[in-house]
Amino acid sequence: MPVDVHLPTVLRQHAGGLSSIKASGSTIAEVFEDAIRQFPLLAGQLVTEDGKLHKFVNVYRNDEDVRFLDQLQTKVSDDDVISVLPAVAGG
Amino acid sequence: MLRLARPDYLAIVAHALDGVPEEVCGLLAAPVGGDSGQIEAVYKCRNIRASAKVYEPHPLDVGAADDDAGARGLTLAGVYHSHTHTDAWPSPTDVAEAGWPDWHYVIVSLRHPEPVLRSFRIVNGEINEEPVEVRPPVE
Repeated sequence: MPVDVHLPTVLRQHAGGLSSIKASGSTIAEVFEDAIRQFPLLAGQLVTEDGKLHKFVNVYRNDEDVRFLDQLQTKVSDDDVISVLPAVAGG
Repeated sequence: MLRLARPDYLAIVAHALDGVPEEVCGLLAAPVGGDSGQIEAVYKCRNIRASAKVYEPHPLDVGAADDDAGARGLTLAGVYHSHTHTDAWPSPTDVAEAGWPDWHYVIVSLRHPEPVLRSFRIVNGEINEEPVEVRPPVE
């Protein structure tokens, strides 16, 4: 079952302008792989070349930051909503 | 170039002054597919770091800003924050954390009696200052 992946405004240009897409997988990594299969321009925006969660996005499974769960290996099940937001910080 | 409506410019500076002694932060939005420097919405955010030296907008505020921008045909196009004791120039932390090459990075310095607002593009660690236009101009 695909889950909803909510994309932030900054990434919608890479996904045909869509605010939300459907992608399948049992983990965040698999869901992102499917999302990138559908929208290749998302490659490099969500996951780094060495397979880690990109530093400049925050990803939530429902309301939980996956960095405090199992990062890209966080399990995803039906009815979960994955949200991506830009990670912003500085000093 | 960064183009700010005068009320938005004043809101950013007022937010910076209100936040002393801590740094404040907020997000900027511009029309989708248009000039990313044409700022049409400013979103004050809570600084979850509650610090005079670092900032990170509250994720709920980032989400709310992004939702509002999307609903209005805008896209997040930048971030502002204050420097309470240093000049309006990106710190090494600002450069290291600047992840969006299309964004405008606005800094308000409160180092001197008059606040100073400047805007930068930061791409691959390289800082380029850009002009800031406020309309109508601040006298």
